[in-house]
Amino acid sequence: MNEHVTAISKRRDETLGDALSRQGISRRAFLKYSAYLASIMALPPSAAKVMAEGLAKARRQAVIWLSFQECTGCTESLTRSFSPSLEDLIFDFISLDYHHTLQAASGEAAEAARRQSMEENKGKYIVIVDGSVPMADGGIYSMIAGQTNIDILAETVENAAAVIAVGTCAAFGGLPFANPNPTGAVPVSDLVKNKPVINIPGCPPIPEAMAGTIAHFLAFGKIPELDDLGRPRSFFGETIHDRCYRRPFYDRGMFAKSFDDEGAREGWCLYEVGCKGPVTYNACATLKWNGGVSFPIQSGHGCLGCSEPNFWDRGSFYKPLSASTAAPGKTIAAAAAAGAALGAGAAMLARSRRNAHLKKD
Amino acid sequence: MDLLDFARGPAIEFSLAVFVLGTIWRLAAVLLLPRRGDLSKAREGAPSRVSGAMGTVFRRMWPNKAFIHRTIFTTLNSYVFHLGLAIVVFGFVPHIQFIHGLFGVSWPGLPTNFIYGVGVITLVSLFAALARRLFHPVGRLLSGVSDYISWFMTAAPVLTGLLATSHLGARYETLLAIHILSVAAFFIWFPFGKLMHAFLFVFSRGATGARFSHRGVNV
Ligand code: SF4
Repeated sequence: MNEHVTAISKRRDETLGDALSRQGISRRAFLKYSAYLASIMALPPSAAKVMAEGLAKARRQAVIWLSFQECTGCTESLTRSFSPSLEDLIFDFISLDYHHTLQAASGEAAEAARRQSMEENKGKYIVIVDGSVPMADGGIYSMIAGQTNIDILAETVENAAAVIAVGTCAAFGGLPFANPNPTGAVPVSDLVKNKPVINIPGCPPIPEAMAGTIAHFLAFGKIPELDDLGRPRSFFGETIHDRCYRRPFYDRGMFAKSFDDEGAREGWCLYEVGCKGPVTYNACATLKWNGGVSFPIQSGHGCLGCSEPNFWDRGSFYKPLSASTAAPGKTIAAAAAAGAALGAGAAMLARSRRNAHLKKD
Repeated sequence: MDLLDFARGPAIEFSLAVFVLGTIWRLAAVLLLPRRGDLSKAREGAPSRVSGAMGTVFRRMWPNKAFIHRTIFTTLNSYVFHLGLAIVVFGFVPHIQFIHGLFGVSWPGLPTNFIYGVGVITLVSLFAALARRLFHPVGRLLSGVSDYISWFMTAAPVLTGLLATSHLGARYETLLAIHILSVAAFFIWFPFGKLMHAFLFVFSRGATGARFSHRGVNV
């Protein structure tokens, strides 16, 4: 047992550079990897070297992963990334001390591991959260080991260095937050006010966005530049539409009208069948999925806008962006009736005035 | 609910309701007005009232020879921005989709880049119309606040639409929301200002034409 503990703490003490040479990864391969990370994060080429040096010196980062109201899709996304993946590499660099799906310990032992990591890495550990936090009825709709998610979050983030909300549920409330939000779900940023919160939304998020953000933190010791919704600009700085390979068809006005018409077969723009790419900030069109194989638009389906707040409640996924989300039929009928009544009333008034005038004459 | 959701949902619904209510109100109020019958005999050879009315509706689409020199700029410029507006409103695919969502009808659209070009020409033409109003002594004398509001309500959707299409000035979703809100403002203002001429011009010209043709005058 003691030997095992010593081995673990030794591993914690070793730098990433040590770990890489122990795994037989050459400096050249590591530099290449850093250059890749720097490029996907849109950092200047000079940053690749700085990043490599920073990463090589970094020590294993303690990470506590909290899963609340979620579907485990975010973890699936990360763990199903292609092998040998850069994400694997990054996750070799971190010490994932608590994660429901991936940890071997269960029950009390798991909770003890979380508390131990919090104690040992006070002020230095990162908390990753997937899932939203239910607030209704005292938070009873999602509890772990007898504690509400509200309490676990508050307790865990207290001494954290930073919080990363992965997935749209943690970042913006996601599906549980959708109307009528029966559990009173809220995003992490509503509850964590005194720590930096990085949002990496997506349903699920792109693995590289998660790994790249952690790598940035490890290499530079600070969080990357964020947009007004707390998302790293490097991955969420441009819309899907900005980088979509179907964009020339949009510009030429060539649109698929349905999912099986000629336009769809020819790969024309999916705007008319509801693509939300023009208002969705994410890197799907450049990084793609499954090891860069494809992304939803390439597979023939419009973008759902899953990395944006309230994407479930923004009307039909299949309604074009420019179409109104309202169904104003009844309102318009009522307005027409009211308008006709007002107009007829005004005309009648004019008639009676005229008649009164004629009588006077 | 963010700005775009508000614009696509409640703002458009409310503005359309005001547009329909106001337009029908004004049309009904005008069309149901008591008409003063003309008891005089029609001038010999005078066309029927209907054809006289129709004739004037079309004849007034181009100025009388006597005025052509003085009005040529206004006439041509008006054609440019009216046609431009029609092309942009009814030829741009996202607009067609907007109309399709409301009424279920659609038609083929034009290339986005072409629409963009037409939009720029339309905007320039609208500014030329404003300049004429501001700097021509008669134009300035005839213009009131309502005219400038109508100009603004027409130009704003064109300008915001161009900005949204070219992603200039702000994030696309903000620009799109502002564009939709500017269209909502246009709908709300439409029945209560001179934009209503889009419906009323037929009746006003027709009434004039019918009255004058009865007296044997082509106007
Ligand atoms: S498919 Fe979607 S993202 Fe791609 S060009 Fe068309 S609207 Fe834009």
